[in-house]
Formats: sequence, structure tokens, C-alpha cells
Amino acid sequence: MNKPTLTVSSSPHLHAKTDTASIMWSVSIALTPAVLWGVYVFGIRSLLVLGVSIITAMVCEYFLGRLYKESTLWDGSAFLTGLLVGMNMSPSIPLFIPCIASVFAIFVAKWVFGGLGANWANPALSGRIFVFFSFTTPMSSFVAPRTLASVLPDALSSATPLSLSKTAVSGGTLGLDGSSLLSSMGYPATDLAQNISAMTGISAFTIDTFLGNVAGCIGEVSSLALLIGGIYLLARQIITWHIPVTYLLSTALLSWMFGGIPSGLGLFGGSFLSSMFSGGLMLGAIFMATDYVTSPISHKGQFVYAIGCGFFTFLFRYFGSMPEAVSVSILLMNIFTPMIDRYIIPRKFGDTRELRKKQKEARA
Amino acid sequence: MQRILTFSKGGVHPDDRKVYSRSEVIERLPMPSELIVALSQHLGAPAKALKTKGDTVVKGEKIGEASGFISSDVHSPVTGTIKEIRKVTLVNSVQCDAFIIIPDAEQPADVEEKIDWKSFDGSTLLSSIKDMGIVGMGGAAFPAHVKFSIPKDKKVDSFVVNGVECEPYLTADYRIMLEKGEQALEGAMIAAKIIKATRVIVGIEMNKPDCISHLKKIVAQKGYPIEIVALKMKYPQGDEKQLLKATLNREIPSGKLPLDVGAVVANIGTCNAIYEAIVLKKSLYERVISVTGECITNPKNVLAPVGTKMSDLLAFCGGFSSEPEKLVSGGPMMGFSFFDTETPMTKGSSGLLALGAQKKFRSTACLNCGRCVAACPIGLMPAKLYRYINNGQYEEAMKISLMDCKECGCCAYVCPAQLPLVHTMKTGKKLGRKKK
Repeated sequence: MNKPTLTVSSSPHLHAKTDTASIMWSVSIALTPAVLWGVYVFGIRSLLVLGVSIITAMVCEYFLGRLYKESTLWDGSAFLTGLLVGMNMSPSIPLFIPCIASVFAIFVAKWVFGGLGANWANPALSGRIFVFFSFTTPMSSFVAPRTLASVLPDALSSATPLSLSKTAVSGGTLGLDGSSLLSSMGYPATDLAQNISAMTGISAFTIDTFLGNVAGCIGEVSSLALLIGGIYLLARQIITWHIPVTYLLSTALLSWMFGGIPSGLGLFGGSFLSSMFSGGLMLGAIFMATDYVTSPISHKGQFVYAIGCGFFTFLFRYFGSMPEAVSVSILLMNIFTPMIDRYIIPRKFGDTRELRKKQKEARA
Repeated sequence: MQRILTFSKGGVHPDDRKVYSRSEVIERLPMPSELIVALSQHLGAPAKALKTKGDTVVKGEKIGEASGFISSDVHSPVTGTIKEIRKVTLVNSVQCDAFIIIPDAEQPADVEEKIDWKSFDGSTLLSSIKDMGIVGMGGAAFPAHVKFSIPKDKKVDSFVVNGVECEPYLTADYRIMLEKGEQALEGAMIAAKIIKATRVIVGIEMNKPDCISHLKKIVAQKGYPIEIVALKMKYPQGDEKQLLKATLNREIPSGKLPLDVGAVVANIGTCNAIYEAIVLKKSLYERVISVTGECITNPKNVLAPVGTKMSDLLAFCGGFSSEPEKLVSGGPMMGFSFFDTETPMTKGSSGLLALGAQKKFRSTACLNCGRCVAACPIGLMPAKLYRYINNGQYEEAMKISLMDCKECGCCAYVCPAQLPLVHTMKTGKKLGRKKK
């Protein structure tokens, strides 16, 4: 018999089909609906912003990889980071800003700590926060989406609905919830949203935020598109429901219970739905908070982490003076992740309640 | 409709890949020209050689004697002459002495006479199981008489038979259930008598519906008090901890045995061996092994004498159809890969796999994705253990229960970064023990 060349290695000799690169590329695919929507409503310039972010991130990854003598360019993580950075930019941003954000994300947030898997903070979010605090004005001026372009006055389109209502509330306009506040300021709604609103009774503004007919960052406006991506990731078992669902629900619940307080509506006066759909929450909950490297490893830990994210998002949104509630909350919980992993560990098989009781009795 | 049970924590769903050999009827291997019968075919101390070079042996004769409490007798699978005693390396890297036996051209026929065991009491049955060298046939080859000796302070109410065969590829137990189901169930009744269990349960996964219905029919015909339980397909359900959780909803605490929760688990193949030992007075010198995989020309379930060289099995199955990347003894999840086809099979060899080249993945850094944590059936944190072991922090690793790892391979199976998790756990356990 001919002697084949045989490999000898430790068990197991089978492997699941998923690997790091396929995960990263799947996440990028999941972001496509949101990207397409963003490019559609904000115009071709947003494609340029995305392109600059991605190329900068990949070039940065390539050179740092060479420095560390590792070839990590095609594992897809740098592409994903660049894409997320771009999606977190205003469509009207000067192009050097996403460039800086991508360099910060890849170089400072990722490689300084040792590259993929070793960073403590989400690279894309770190990049965004860095340029937000460095270039606050361009980072917080936006353009109207195509669907509202003819009806949305410039004064309203230059800011996100969230920051508009925040400014109004801190300016002393009390007694109105988010969406009625915006309509009183003349924030328009699309015909489609008005029709759906007439049928369902949900405010037209909430429906527009769900569909993505508001001013905002390229990738964060359409909750619907992001949800489609999220469902794809769940179906491919790239992420589990624990973080996104817990994060969204805890934010929405807290907003509904206490979100009415600053605007004088009292307990249970906040809006449940629009808090979920507005701002960067959907993007953050599905794609940012679920970043493997910077979120806890056990499901139990992920619950704690996501509730923390939800709590801080609620707190910064309604009681903070700055925007960026989602980004800051996630980065804050990133800091807690190692601690969560240290103290919240899964229940070991056989470690049942009865056994613990018995051990306690034996000790006593 | 019966409820389909399974264990709750962790587990993975590899493709079962049993198609290659599942429809192959068990075939007897033509007598090989030479057998290598190792003295350490079981867990525990190697047996003591009773014969020397040049002695003649008879089929079924005891040639090695148990040398400790956890040890087992070894019998000659053939009538023949001992050519020499030589040190051999087995597939699991154990080195031990082995008899090289040249079989005679003429072999005695199998005994047809059946013995009625019902008049024997438990301790008589137990001692004949010991004399016949019965070990666990699932792979670990734990001496059966040790497992069935119930300490006086322990009470066992349930005997759970493992017909799960959750390892992909393997079909030996499947064929035994289909072809020797009556024998195996009678063997289970014998074992239940020895351990005085009142409840006998056979757990079978849903990918073997024909076994479930076949065994149910036998139970109904013979009126055995045996429950046949259908289980969801999930690896590692054949592990005794997971099997007891699935069938009885009992959890064995860390470092304890099934005995501690009032149960004993044995493989369906072991039950068959018990039947043959008690009823047919046949010691354990041959077993069914699945020779299968993508690269085997004619995958088969072979009844081969213990000590058969892997090369004889491969030749019987037509050799390789394409060049294999790995040869594995046992299942693909926990089996051992080896390179020397002159290595003999042992009492614990449930399969011989020739696996084709698999898609090559690049190994990356740990992503902290948590797949290993979700997959671990014991509830460990493999990624964290991996980090500790690689940093040399063995005590830290042991504090988070490194020793509870049973190397089932679920973590390494799902790891997207392709980290050698099982390999690291094995190393960590060894070095950790040494440090202690």
C-alpha cells in the first residue's frame, strides 16, 4: 500500500465552518442595507466618506501588520472597522475627519494594544468619539435626507432630531414628548409615514425614524435597514440575541419610565418606540455593542453589560448635556468588560442549588 | 408522541457523516497473519503477562492478568503461537508490552451453547465479567467490573445504556443495535442485575430511528422492563454526564461519578460484550470497529480480533480511495490521530477513520467571541483557560476548573480563530498536575 503523508494533531479532527474572516465579512454584509439606504438618502458623497474611511483603515492595518510581521489585512476586521467609522460620520463631513478617525481607530484603539483581539475599546467607536471631541461642529452638522429634502428647513436639518429636542427641552419647552415637540417645531414627516401613522396611531415622526427619513449619520438613520442586518446576523449565528435585545429593551424601558421627567411629563411619560429607533441606538446595539472583543464572553455577563449600556444611554440622553449617548455608553461598558468576565462566570455543570445547599450545611 | 430529551448546557451539532458505513452489515475480518495484543488495552494498570515467547495459546485463553484494582485481564483472540513480546506504542501514545501472536491455520469454531444466567447471583456474574476481561466499549475502555462494583454505602437505582454514538462517522454501535439488539438488551438486563438497578434506560439519538423502533419491538416481545428513550442529536451526548442529564435530569457534580447520583452508565457495545461473556462464555477478544471516512474505498463495519493491525483493516476495506490527510482511531471529535498503520487496534477501538483534507483556515488571535463558552457542556470558559495556560498560570487555570475539562472538543470545534484549545487543555492539565 502506498504511504500517504499523514497529519498528526490533537482532537477534534472536525471543525465548524465559521472562521474569523467569514465572521468579519458577514458583519460587513449585514451592514449593506443600512449603507445602501444611507447612500440613497444622503447622496453619492456619503459613498466617498465610506470609501475614505475604509481605505484609510485598511492601509493603516497593512502597514501596522507589516510592522508587527503579521498579515491581518484580509481577515476583514480592518475593512469592518473602516466601514463602521464611515457609517458613523455625517454625510457632509470634510474628508480629512473620517481619515483621522480611521487612523485613530486602527492605530491607537487597536494596534497599540496588540491588534485584533487585544483591544479593550471598540476601535470604530473610539475613532468616532476622538474626532467628535476634536471637531465637534462638523461632526454635529447634518444634511436633510433626500426623502425630506424639499420640506425640511435648513435650520432643522443641520442637527439630528435627538439634539434638536434636547436643546428645546433644556431651553425650557416642557410638557411635550419627543415627537410632538419636533412637530411643534415644524419637523416634517413623509407622506408614507403620515399614512402609516393614521392607520396605526404611532406618531409619524417615530415611523420616519424607523424607516430612516431623518437627518443623521450615514449608517445610523434607518432602524429598519439595521434590523434587517441584525436578523441576518442572528440567522447566521454570528451574534446572539442577548446583547442587542437586552440593550434595546433596557434603553426603551428606562426611557418610557423616566424619559418624561426632564420635559415635565413625569413618570411613564417617555416614548418607548422612538427612543429605540432614534439616534445611533440601533447601530450601536446590533453592531457596536456586540463587538466580540470588547463585550463579555458569557451570556450572563452579556446581560449585565447590555443593561449597563442601556442604563448609560438613557442617562446621557435625557440627563446629559452632550450628544453621543450610545457611543459613550458602549465605550464605558467596554471598560467594565474585563471585570464582568472576571466575576460573572457561567454555572458549572453539576453545581446545582441542592449541591450548594448541602455544602453549606456541611460547613455549618 | 414521546418527548425527545437532551442535555441543556452547551454542546455542538457536527454533521453526523454516518452515511459511509451505516448500511454496511457487520463483516468478520479474515484471520490476519499476525496480531499484536497489547497488555494495556484499558484504562488503569497494564495487565501482567502470563505467557512468554514461544508458548502456544488457545482462542479465548487468558494471557494477561489484571495487575491492580483498576485493570483488566487480556485474552488471546486466536489459537496460535507467541512469536515474541515486544514494546509497542498504541494510538493514544501509551507504550506497553504486547504479544505478537501468529495464528494457526485452523481456528476452533465458536461455541453455540447458551448458558442460563438467571440462576446466578450478582457477585458470580460480576466475577465472570472480570474473568472475561470486559471493558467499556465506547472508547475509554474503563474496566467494567470496577464500574459495576457498587460500594456498600452507595445505592444505584438506574442503569443507563448509551446507544447515543454521538461521534460523527462511527456506526459500530448502530450496527450492533440493529443486528445484535436482542443480545445487547439481554446484556443490559444482566448488568442491571449485578448493580441491582430497578430502572433500565437506553438512550438513542434521533438520527437512528430504526434502532429506536427495533429495540422497542424487542423490549415489547421479551417483556423486558427497559425504557427506550429518544434523544435529540447533540454532541457530546454520549458522555455519561450529558447522558444522565438528558435521560434522568441528574447532574453529576464536579469530580464525582455517576454512582454519586445513583446511576451507572454503560455502552450498548459493552452490554453486548457482557451478554457474550455470560451467556456464550466468550471473553472479550474481538469487537466491531467502523472503518470509514471519505478516503476509504469500501467503508465497512468489521468484526475484528483485538490486536488486528490497522493496515489489515484498511486492506480489508479496499485501502484508500484518495490520499487521506489524517488517520484517526476512534471518533473524529475525541479520537487519536496516528501515522503508523502497523499500530494494533485495542478493546476500545470503535472506529478507524481516514479523513480527507479539510478546508484550511488561518488561525487568528482569540476574538473573545464566546462561542467556546456557549459550547462547553461543563460550563467552563475555554478562552480564559487558554490564556492562563499559555501564560503559564496553571494554578489560576486550575482555580477556574481546568481539571473538570473532559477534552470533548466542543470548544475547539466552534472556535473561529482555530485555536488549539483541546491541545492546550491537555498540556495545561499535565503541567498543572506536575506543579502540584
